[in-house]
Amino acid sequence: MKIIIRNSSPDPIYKQISDQLRGLMITGELKAGDVLPSIRNLAKELRISVITTKRSYEDLEREGFLETVGGKGTFVAHQNKEFLKEQKLKVIETKLIEAVDEARMLGLKKKELKEMLDVLYE
Amino acid sequence: MNKILEINNVEKSFEGFKLDKINFSLNKGYIMGFIGPNGAGKTTTIRLIMNLLKKNSGDIKIFGMDNVADEVTIKDRIGFVYEESYFYEHLTIKKMKEIISPFYSRWDDEKFDEYCDIFGLLPKKKIKDLSKGTKMKFSLAVALSHHAELLILDEPTSGLDPVFRDKLMDILREEIQDENKSILFSTHITSDLEKIADYITFINDGKIVFSDQKDILLENYKIVKGDTKILSAEIKNQLLGVKENKFGFEALCNVEKHSIFSQFDIVTEKPSLEQMMVYLSNKM
Repeated sequence: MKIIIRNSSPDPIYKQISDQLRGLMITGELKAGDVLPSIRNLAKELRISVITTKRSYEDLEREGFLETVGGKGTFVAHQNKEFLKEQKLKVIETKLIEAVDEARMLGLKKKELKEMLDVLYE
Repeated sequence: MNKILEINNVEKSFEGFKLDKINFSLNKGYIMGFIGPNGAGKTTTIRLIMNLLKKNSGDIKIFGMDNVADEVTIKDRIGFVYEESYFYEHLTIKKMKEIISPFYSRWDDEKFDEYCDIFGLLPKKKIKDLSKGTKMKFSLAVALSHHAELLILDEPTSGLDPVFRDKLMDILREEIQDENKSILFSTHITSDLEKIADYITFINDGKIVFSDQKDILLENYKIVKGDTKILSAEIKNQLLGVKENKFGFEALCNVEKHSIFSQFDIVTEKPSLEQMMVYLSNKM
């Protein structure tokens, strides 16, 4: 499990952690049922405050990615692959919407944008 | 009982200085950084907590007990490091330890030896022959060797080099792993707290300016930089401290106020605790 904190990032540390953990779950590096380090242990290892790691875990719990079982620890939640895929699709969709908006502002035609996508896909 | 330390409306006046009805509390299992410029009241507050000074009014509860009425019980469970050395200078480390250890019901010789090892303390050395940093290390070893549930550290890092400060932060992180210990850590070296602290209490001129989760604090403020031409009187009014020079300005502003710059070309950055302390102290 790799987590890297960038001091230069404009994102707050708690978000950097939850983004990276979410990424690891989506790519399957962290699988359903896997145990995560305790908030205190993660804070110690990353040399950050406990409240920061707590907030990352809480965000991921709210989104359904993590489950905390009292006295046992925090686990990757059993959610179906469809749900994860849905999440990923949502991310792609938002980015595409952004691209479409930008293209419209530039007065680019749909065909031209498609051509750009075709080139990028290769 | 989640609150390990509660300070309610505490007042103390000296000639020319007043601690003005201060309030803050610390939860079990967390680290609080206590920051402020020299003379702001950090040490006075800590001495009041330790009952080394008598307060004029208000109350202080530690582990849910009154800090004066239950002083002996409380102090057994506190590890205290004071800015200045309070040991008998002519004694050796070993002798001094033998005097201190019987005061603590849960003194742990093994732990003490372990810390002497880590800190490079030689038991046979006389305290008067120790450097400032080494005396601090000895205080820390004592504070950490009796299974204290609350560590109160007053400027513990001021005489220490960055390498040892870093090691100390690791030791403190290790200390809070069991969820039952809390740490109150006063310092003006805010970089030590930047990462480790869960809560920050900022005192200036005897008043608590804020006491909150560090992450929330840092998210509530922004540093903005830009051309001084932007600074109309109206905009200046909304800022929490501004520094101007020939080529531009730098200011601290509240996140909600950030939109006043929406039409201007500015640079926005995350503030450091040090920047917040400097700007908010100048403001008053």
